[in-house]
Amino acid sequence: MAETSNSHRKLRIHALRYNPAKADDTPRIQTYELEEAPGMTLFIALSEIREKQDPSLQFDFVCRAGICGSCGMMINGLPGLACRTVTKDLPADISLAPLPFFELIGDLSVNTGKWMRGMSEKLETWVHSMGQSTDLKRIEEAMDPALAEEVYELDRCIECGCCVASCGTARMRKDFVGAVGLNKMARFRLDPRDKRTDADFYELVGDDNGVFGCMSLLACHDVCPKNLPLQTQIAFLRRKMVLQGTKG
Amino acid sequence: MKIVYTDVLVIGGGLAGLRLAIGAKRRGHDALILSLVPAKRSHSKAAQGGMQASLGNVAKGQGDTEDVHFEDTVRGSDWGADQEVVRMFVNTAPKAVRELAAWGVPWSRVRKGDREVIINGQKVTITERDEAHGLIAQRDFGGTKKWRTCYAADGTGHAMINTVADQAIADSIPVHERKEALSLIHDGSRCYGAVVRDLITGEVSAYVATATAICTGGAGRVYRTTTNAVICEGIGHAIALETGVSALGNMEAVQFHPTGIFPAGILVTEGCRGDGGLLKDVDGHRFMPDYEPEKKELASRDVVSRRMEEHIKKGKGHKSRFGEHIWLDITLLGEKHIHTNLREVWDICHYFLGVDPVKEMIPVRPAQHYTMGGVRTDPSGQSPTLKGLFSAGEAACWDMHGFNRLGGNSVAETVVAGMIVGETIADYCDKLANTPTVPLGLVREFVEREQAKLAAFTKGGGREDASLIKGEMQDLMTAKVGIFRTGKDLEEAVDKLQKLLVRSRSIGLRSPSLGANPELVTAYRVQRMLKIALSIAYGAAVRTESRGAHFREDFPRRNDAEWLKRTLATWKSESDTLPTLAYEPLDVTRMELPPGWRGYGAKDYIDHPDTPERQKAVEAIRAQYASDRFAMQKALMPYEHLLPEVLRGKNERIDERF
Ligand SMILES: Cc1cc2nc3c(=O)[nH]c(=O)nc-3n(C[C@H](O)[C@H](O)[C@H](O)COP(=O)(O)OP(=O)(O)OC[C@H]3O[C@@H](n4cnc5c(N)ncnc54)[C@H](O)[C@@H]3O)c2cc1C
Ligand code: SF4
Ligand code: SF4
Ligand code: FES
Repeated sequence: MAETSNSHRKLRIHALRYNPAKADDTPRIQTYELEEAPGMTLFIALSEIREKQDPSLQFDFVCRAGICGSCGMMINGLPGLACRTVTKDLPADISLAPLPFFELIGDLSVNTGKWMRGMSEKLETWVHSMGQSTDLKRIEEAMDPALAEEVYELDRCIECGCCVASCGTARMRKDFVGAVGLNKMARFRLDPRDKRTDADFYELVGDDNGVFGCMSLLACHDVCPKNLPLQTQIAFLRRKMVLQGTKG
Repeated sequence: MKIVYTDVLVIGGGLAGLRLAIGAKRRGHDALILSLVPAKRSHSKAAQGGMQASLGNVAKGQGDTEDVHFEDTVRGSDWGADQEVVRMFVNTAPKAVRELAAWGVPWSRVRKGDREVIINGQKVTITERDEAHGLIAQRDFGGTKKWRTCYAADGTGHAMINTVADQAIADSIPVHERKEALSLIHDGSRCYGAVVRDLITGEVSAYVATATAICTGGAGRVYRTTTNAVICEGIGHAIALETGVSALGNMEAVQFHPTGIFPAGILVTEGCRGDGGLLKDVDGHRFMPDYEPEKKELASRDVVSRRMEEHIKKGKGHKSRFGEHIWLDITLLGEKHIHTNLREVWDICHYFLGVDPVKEMIPVRPAQHYTMGGVRTDPSGQSPTLKGLFSAGEAACWDMHGFNRLGGNSVAETVVAGMIVGETIADYCDKLANTPTVPLGLVREFVEREQAKLAAFTKGGGREDASLIKGEMQDLMTAKVGIFRTGKDLEEAVDKLQKLLVRSRSIGLRSPSLGANPELVTAYRVQRMLKIALSIAYGAAVRTESRGAHFREDFPRRNDAEWLKRTLATWKSESDTLPTLAYEPLDVTRMELPPGWRGYGAKDYIDHPDTPERQKAVEAIRAQYASDRFAMQKALMPYEHLLPEVLRGKNERIDERF
């Protein structure tokens, strides 16, 4: 396995600390020093800091395997998943800050979950079968294997919020649904089990908080840890929505 | 005192909790979900491999039925499972997959025609039938006779929980995120809800409900090396145990997964071996056929894990600076297969090991993976000892896994149990007599008790360090209560864990805030985790036999004569340092599949005195009904009356229309 030669570097982790619940607290940078270990990830490093140096430091890890979307944070200025960031890929000075845009819980922890729920409610991110019921005893409806794979591709989003944290539009419009929301619309639009039409999708994203708010600068595409095809999906959705818009 | 009222309080927003809440809500009862984290981040997300259901769509699954799934599951459990529950499960699993398909899960689908697969290290061509084209595909998994595991590429759990969580949103079911249940409110015979702490503000409040369901997942984090997420700390198990009334079943039954990446413990799916991956030793030799000529790499997990450790003990492990490990070789599957069907595996190897599994072998070693034990319920999901308390999913023991669960049976269980228990709970809430008169005094007493316990950490003057105690517990569990167990090790573990429990009663905090405070969380959780660790270690120490994942080097045989029974642990008094153990016998005379050899692993076991006679009776019934498998099953062990009516009925297949 990969073992690093520079495994005994001293790392300096500069974390943005702020607890909004404390009346007298002000944001500040706190620096922690620790010795790098082989295979160390930011999950391992932050856990060690909490265990040995500062039990009050707040951050979120759940799966520690890059699949749940809990640990999005700004790592040397860029949004990313801390649990799968290996320290050997970073300089010895590592600055960590919470994702911007989302409600701050404290230190490196932000409330992406609350935002994602709001987005899902607004965009109705579920299959609308329009009253069609299924007899569970019968053989399931067939689906084209290639189409199922395409839907799965777009379904891989882990709602980490990295795309929103990098997005210029989101910074200006607090109700912008973000690349995450637009990608979800593309996913349900593609899914033959969802009986909504383009007119329905237009109602949901055919405005400046939706696909027309996007400036296509594609910061989202570059930071998405799941490498979702955000660029093509947003462009495609926009074309469809323009078409729908001109239909009136 | 803040009180939130609801009909059904669901503690846990994983697959089990979500599906259960949807069931209750659709029957007209208000359901509210509590979760430590946003629902979609629950550990159900991590299931990569798949979900078992006997659809029989693929060529290699042809001939699969509930009967085959039933036998695989019971054998897998080493006869520890409740066979009626297994029957309920296997009959509902196809319905669960089909429901999820209708809700939007992007299951991988069958492509008609020829395709090349790797079986037993060889390239083989399989021809899929025309009529299966577009239906849900199945892959091979350990411990199964047929290809039965349905999957969505390698993100099955991810796709499932996305869909089910979004359905819960569609049904306007509130999920109170970042909330932790600290105790159940009860009067010794009936449960009224839970005391809940807000993990952001630290506020403690009461949630009062007609029915309360524990769906809190596994307890893997009592071990050092585990595939489980950091939130799988068994707090749901613990709050049931702390009632003193509700029991935990079979806590000593802990599964170790053969392929945790070494040393981090992150799982790479069984699908790697199911799709043809091989286990190799330090010499590059494929060693599993030497031990298990029949199922090889695909024997059940307990067997493969033990064989790997056995092989390492013989000096055949690869030595690295972190210790010894085995190699998992999937290079033979080819780049295309790895990049489409095993991409999550590629990601994990790439990001956490710096290894490219297309070209290099993956270092693996068994890691704690699954908690078979859980909150004891009857087949409908209700606690037999605490009215109004229910449980489903990994946290529960209704008991379909016995002493070892099969890969793919767990996510299937979560949804199936959610469907079944959702109905049971709705039936329960329908009955007016079950609406509780809320004893407000009792509610206040429970809230104040939890507040006092929290205050004691900050003001009690204790000097013990919570993280240190937790670390010692985890090391002890991995070293002494692992894959190979001995009386001596287990006694030592029990003794040391008891001392840790006593020490945990005088924990003091370095950062004494009652608000958002990770150290406070560690402190109150470690006290509870120690009770779970003790239930596991003590149960294992007393059980002087080997069964499924519980393997005693000093008692290597399965002993049905003395141990065909379920362990029930209760915690009688707060001052106790050990659980109280009782045993519930399994009735051989009613078994559809009487105990025998599993088809892999040791062939050596001690029979139960009732087994030969039951075996004869079963054979006679089988002969009598040979032409009709449904009539035969009914004559052997009727179970359908246990299922909610909406979930009864045969499942259609390509080869079995009706
Ligand atoms: C890495 C990995 C891979 C797996 N792969 C497979 C597979 O391929 N196939 C398969 O069948 N099984 C697999 N399993 C097992 C399976 O994923 C789990 O057993 C199953 O998903 C558990 O679901 P659950 O709903 O019971 O619990 P979880 O999904 O773990 O959810 C538990 C919920 O309870 C909440 N909770 C916990 N404690 C509290 C508390 N005190 N208060 C409030 N809320 C609380 C949590 O926030 C969470 O929402 C895998 C497991 C792991 C670890
Ligand atoms: S689209 Fe990508 S970056 Fe955005 S939330 Fe989903 S996974 Fe994260
Ligand atoms: S392309 Fe659109 S969604 Fe993506 S970052 Fe830019 S503005 Fe935001
Ligand atoms: S902790 Fe789950 S993605 Fe990082």
